Amino acid sequence: MAILTLTIDGEQLSANDDETLLEIARQHDIAIPTLCHLEGLSDVGSCRLCLVEIEGSQKLFPACTTRAQEGMVVRTKTERLQRNRRMIIELLASEGNHQCAVCVVNNHCELQNLAYEVGLTHTRYPYLYPKKRLDASHPDFIIDRNRCVLCTRCVRVCHEVEGAHVWDIAQRGIHCEIISDMDQPWGTSPSCTSCGKCVLVCPTGALIAKGENVAEMEKKTDFLKYIVTARVKREWINTDGEE
Amino acid sequence: MSRTITISPVTRIEGHAKITIQLDDAGTVVDARFHVNEFRGFEKFCEGRLMWEMGGITSRICGICPTSHLITSAKAGDAILAVEIPETAEKLRRLITLAQWIQSHTLSFFHLSSPDFLLGFDSDPARRNIFGLIEHDREFARRGIRLRKFGQEIIEVLGSRRIHTPWAVAGGVREPFDRSKRDYLLGWIPEARETARLALDTLKSIHTRFEHEIPNFGNFRSLHVGLVDREGGLEYYGGTLRVMDGAGNIIADRLDPKDYREHFGEATESWSYLKFPYYKPLGYQQGMYRVGPLARLNICDHIGTPLAELERKEFKAIAGDAGVVNNSFYFHYARLIELLFAVEQAELLLTDESILGTHVRSRAMINRDHGVGASEAPRGTLFHDYEVNQDGVLQKVDLVIATAQNNLAMNKTVQQLAMRYLDGTEISEGLLNRIEAGIRCFDPCLSCSTHAIGAMPLRVQLLGPGGRIIAERTR
Repeated sequence: MAILTLTIDGEQLSANDDETLLEIARQHDIAIPTLCHLEGLSDVGSCRLCLVEIEGSQKLFPACTTRAQEGMVVRTKTERLQRNRRMIIELLASEGNHQCAVCVVNNHCELQNLAYEVGLTHTRYPYLYPKKRLDASHPDFIIDRNRCVLCTRCVRVCHEVEGAHVWDIAQRGIHCEIISDMDQPWGTSPSCTSCGKCVLVCPTGALIAKGENVAEMEKKTDFLKYIVTARVKREWINTDGEE
Repeated sequence: MSRTITISPVTRIEGHAKITIQLDDAGTVVDARFHVNEFRGFEKFCEGRLMWEMGGITSRICGICPTSHLITSAKAGDAILAVEIPETAEKLRRLITLAQWIQSHTLSFFHLSSPDFLLGFDSDPARRNIFGLIEHDREFARRGIRLRKFGQEIIEVLGSRRIHTPWAVAGGVREPFDRSKRDYLLGWIPEARETARLALDTLKSIHTRFEHEIPNFGNFRSLHVGLVDREGGLEYYGGTLRVMDGAGNIIADRLDPKDYREHFGEATESWSYLKFPYYKPLGYQQGMYRVGPLARLNICDHIGTPLAELERKEFKAIAGDAGVVNNSFYFHYARLIELLFAVEQAELLLTDESILGTHVRSRAMINRDHGVGASEAPRGTLFHDYEVNQDGVLQKVDLVIATAQNNLAMNKTVQQLAMRYLDGTEISEGLLNRIEAGIRCFDPCLSCSTHAIGAMPLRVQLLGPGGRIIAERTR
């Protein structure tokens, strides 16, 4: 591991070479919006909200999966990036069925907060009103795909933290959807442990607890940090120095 | 040559509608219809959604009476969970139902209808509204606005917002009450009672002034339907259904609201999006019934609060020996008696210590696949009927809205007024307004709620047999 220096938004920073741009930015209170990223889970760079500009390249890079390099000059808040972020939220809003007013997580929703953050007042794209499946067959939880943004946090938390791997993505492109096990009703899933982690990490009202009413559910993702830390400490306790 | 007169849209009501009047060759009214030209589709698009969401979704049906939908939906949810809700929760739900009555009844009288009474049916339409009322009698208007605020304050204190609160849930309510909020609301009671009295006295004083008009405002026999409590008293939240005929005979009593489908049918007509409910044993048309304040005051044996009970007795005197008031104009009178009752009853609930209990929610999962909720919305009995699968996903939704149940009676009222006031070829301002005022007696909520702002234009057309416009008047 080596220490290197880089510039983010005009600020000279030093960082470890195994850190991502997102980690470095957050350590220095430089805000970059994210949706699919969640601390404690692997990064997939799929939502593209954390895209940043790196001097010398026309390409945009996802901050969550791009590692720092010596002398990098990074910009996180250019007009082009702001425009893109807004467009991403508009596209997400128009391709799902997001009715905030009657949603279980109204006022506690990451997508809604992002919409506020990027100043979304309307979308320029026609709403697609897709027909999506709602599955309430699990005794404790519900998946409402109408509100799914395909961030795959549920897929990752179930695979990486719980180890059950109930969730996966089926289909392609705009037809992609989250499925449980062999695309069967969640309530019949033999691998689900009913731990509820997927519900807690879901940024929207797609995964919810049964019996919750409009605007009633608030999700807490703190648990993930505790689990991961506990696990890391137990498994790596002898190599603490290396950590 | 036959003709049709169209009044579109109808103003100072909640929602969008038009009226057509059909004339025959001799210029006599042969038919008049009240068309509701809004389509909402709630019953259909709620299918496939979750039972728990229904309070939040159905309260969006209306911006005036969202609380009535919320409470009725929660009651249907209670039935599906098959739970008894905690005593405190029921009292809190009762309180918010009364708050809904207070704000809605006040709106109907002070904001929408009193300009006709205080400024006159033939006064300048540009002034015949709440703003004209403020110019005419500032203090009267202010007190009306304050009384409506009181109703809204109760809703906000309980549900943390005035419109579309999702506070009531299947199994009870979300949040218990607290003492300081209770005391704050109690502080409003004396003023609210005084304003309710003022409204009643004002209305009674105009009854003599309009004695020649009143007999034409939807004066006909019909059934009257609503909820009454176990002792036959005025009810607003629970109770059982009573059906009274136009002569004052109770023809059905203690009907369980959950069986409403056995007793009431819904017809449709191609010319209106509003359905036409009727009392099944008498069939469509013959089974015409009225719900809402007039019906409630007619069917109940007594009112459980002292001031309103005195007023009820006076109200009943209008009916004479018949024992039933069939004139739709007296909807206003009945509404204001209920307003007084709501304030008195709210005080009783607020001073009941058990309303401060902290156990307000029973929890359960899906225990029945069918649940019906009923309550008395300001405009009449409201039914929510949900069929769910074992996971709580809605398979079928039936919403029977109070205004719809008055549909046949509203049509009859329009016919009666057109026959009385239409003078051959002349479309007078007074005619337009009287017909609208006839509709306004019922305080219909057509969307419910369309978010329309300000005054809507009123257009009347006289149409020839081929639909050719013969005369037109716009205001």
